[in-house]
Amino acid sequence: MPVLTLEGISQEFGGLRALDGVNMVVEEGEIFGIIGPNGAGKTTLFNIITGIYVPSEGDLIFKERRINRMATHNIARLGIGRTFQNIRLFNKLSVLDNVRVGSHGISRSGFFKSLLGLPSMLREEKEIKSRAEELLELVGLYDKKMEYADNLAYGEQRRLEIARALALKPSLLLLDEPAAGMNSGEKVELMKLIEQIRQEMKLTILLVEHDMSLVMTICERIAVLDYGRKIAEGPPEEIKNDERVIQSYLGVGA
Amino acid sequence: MNALDATLTQYIDPYYLRIMILLGINIILALGLNLITGVTGQLSMGHAGFMSIGAYTSAILSIQFGFSYLMALLTGAAVAAFFGFLIGIPTLRLEGDYLAMVTIGFAEIIRVFFLNFEPGGKAVGLSGIPQHTNFITVWLIALLIIALNTRLLKSRMGRAFYAIRENEIAAASTGIDTTRLKILAFTAGSFLGGLGGGLYSHYMYYINPQDFGFMKSIELLNMVILGGMGSIPGTILGSFILTLAPEMLRIVAEYRLLFYGALLVILMIFRPNGILGDVRIYDLKKRWGRKEVKTCQS
Amino acid sequence: MFWEQLLNGLTLGSTYALIALGYTMVYGIVQLINFAHGEIYMFGAFAGLILVSFFGFNLIAAMLAAMLFCMLLGILVERIAYRPLRGKSSRLSALISAIGVSIFLSTLMALMAGTNTHRYPEVIAHQSYHLGSLDLSLMQILILAVSALLMIGLQFMVQKTRIGKAMRACSQDLDASYLMGINVNRVISFTFAVGSALAAAGGVMVGVYYNAVWPYMGMMAGLKAFAAAVMGGIGSIPGAMIGGLSLGIMEIMGVAYLSSSYKDAIAFGMLILVLLIRPQGLMGQKISKKV
Repeated sequence: MPVLTLEGISQEFGGLRALDGVNMVVEEGEIFGIIGPNGAGKTTLFNIITGIYVPSEGDLIFKERRINRMATHNIARLGIGRTFQNIRLFNKLSVLDNVRVGSHGISRSGFFKSLLGLPSMLREEKEIKSRAEELLELVGLYDKKMEYADNLAYGEQRRLEIARALALKPSLLLLDEPAAGMNSGEKVELMKLIEQIRQEMKLTILLVEHDMSLVMTICERIAVLDYGRKIAEGPPEEIKNDERVIQSYLGVGA
Repeated sequence: MNALDATLTQYIDPYYLRIMILLGINIILALGLNLITGVTGQLSMGHAGFMSIGAYTSAILSIQFGFSYLMALLTGAAVAAFFGFLIGIPTLRLEGDYLAMVTIGFAEIIRVFFLNFEPGGKAVGLSGIPQHTNFITVWLIALLIIALNTRLLKSRMGRAFYAIRENEIAAASTGIDTTRLKILAFTAGSFLGGLGGGLYSHYMYYINPQDFGFMKSIELLNMVILGGMGSIPGTILGSFILTLAPEMLRIVAEYRLLFYGALLVILMIFRPNGILGDVRIYDLKKRWGRKEVKTCQS
Repeated sequence: MFWEQLLNGLTLGSTYALIALGYTMVYGIVQLINFAHGEIYMFGAFAGLILVSFFGFNLIAAMLAAMLFCMLLGILVERIAYRPLRGKSSRLSALISAIGVSIFLSTLMALMAGTNTHRYPEVIAHQSYHLGSLDLSLMQILILAVSALLMIGLQFMVQKTRIGKAMRACSQDLDASYLMGINVNRVISFTFAVGSALAAAGGVMVGVYYNAVWPYMGMMAGLKAFAAAVMGGIGSIPGAMIGGLSLGIMEIMGVAYLSSSYKDAIAFGMLILVLLIRPQGLMGQKISKKV
């Protein structure tokens, strides 16, 4: 069953056509990669899926539901989580709090309940905290749970973003260049983590990456974007040898 | 003077009593602004506007309509909250500095309104406000507000407010309805502003629009910032310093503002996060904890 | 009657525009609301007053000298209160610092000159000229002429000179400008200087025109001029000019045709209206955030 369907998605920014008629289908449970040269429109695509932009044309369908004009926070509550290309952590909050905020979309205690400290709210707080701690344990940051988020090392910050996104109990997880700035050891850990969460949490994962070896290793299918268009799609072996893909990365005549 | 206060002056110098009452009121006002600006990161430079709405509304209800003290206070605060909500809706989609401008504009419009408001006495002001506010009422309410704020800021909602300040787009991606929460923070903060205003007018016996001008908004903003943005102890400390300082500096009365202005600049250069800005109770506990371990080992 | 009011509005608006330009240029480059700018304007008015009263300068000479004085003052303020905060602190701290300077300067003047209103001696003949059915005072002509001259001069400088190009570059991207070899510190100081000079000119002219100079005149005028700059699109020089002129006209018209007691609220009412309809101001550009 397809989790996410893009039909003819186009995006215009005042004359610049960042995306042009992109079609894509992401099946449940797969790890789907999106690659392409810089400026190809990968992050724009992510921003459309998460409701930050409204697509100029086309349909965005999540689990049989058209979500073109849905606001970001509602899309999050539907079960789409994401990490960001330029890390967007809550810098002056603790690591633990970052993850706890992540579960906002699935918790319920409102303003007055929080003010009054009702038992239902206290119970929920306990749940939020224990889930956050579990996730921190999963990404290996439990020991640093009281650190300010901006005190973490770069690779740790990326892992924290993943933990925060997972707190939402998403069914679809968007990872925007999660390996950027990591060394090879960290990348191996990351790949293991991605596999692990896909398995344990029954996730579908959409991944934008520049690191080819990583993408080729863990993705089951890959789509290639160039100048806002999808120029190829298929399993890694096909993509590796696709003429158009090679040309777009190396330039024509290479 | 309020009857209770009169008795208290047998034990406490009336000068200090007055300072403590004003401190309590300022804490309530500052906590309201803290919620809007310190916690949720929405720069409001017109908080005095909400204070004046609460002050005038509750005063007129007391004098003209014979409302009870509590009802007058709550109604005044509710009206202020209503305006906070009204202002919030269209303007909270504006970016930081623009929002600041609108809040300044709003407060100025309110001030001009009251300058022309017949039942409020226009420029002459309003007097004859029953002095229901005393030490106990102020501090009872202040402590309640402190407790509620503390609980709120430790909760899911509190974290959501902080998240909006830290990174609004990331906050939205976790399911936080940022617009709704910003408006909520604004409304709650202006409620407290109105509450403080009501307490103020029922203490001062006499109010006029000049009490609630731009400088007042700046004063309140400084209380929030000086102590440490978003932190309750910080806001209390800031209120403490800025309530006391004018009194303490009375010796150099004329030069007081000169020092104040220079102090702001110096403080921002050397301690831009406020005095308690970078300090967390958790870190303090850790440091004390470590000391104990040291002694054990020796 | 209408044309008279329009003329009065343009006159007042010109002075607002001169002040607004300072706000907009500084904001364009360093994203700082220079709250102390109103006080520079006030210092300009006083400087002119002193030069005319005690040193017998004529109006133009006093204005030029006041402009020079305020240029230095503006540069000094930037060095002491804003530069240390640049880059490393939040925008809010810079704002608070600016407020601190504003309080300091206005109090300083109040201590030095007392809080009473001072008046310029006769520096300009009370001459009237007739243009059709209109009466223009000499001072009005002077204000309109000088303002126009200064604004045209500014546009020329910004568009046609090297330093102007540097200013434009810095307002687009400060870091890139630095990497391109532009002495960013110097450009910023220069921007403050120019803005302060314009404000000083406005201060002197307002002081003479309304025959009133007092230490707190910078507060309200500053707030309004800033509102005008935001209405026109903060960061846009033509925007500040249009914003200032529009505000002056609206204010005078409002007083003439609606009510004078709400005069001060007109500026802010208009500001809120504009921001609600067109958040980036009349001439501002929509800034999209990179996500």
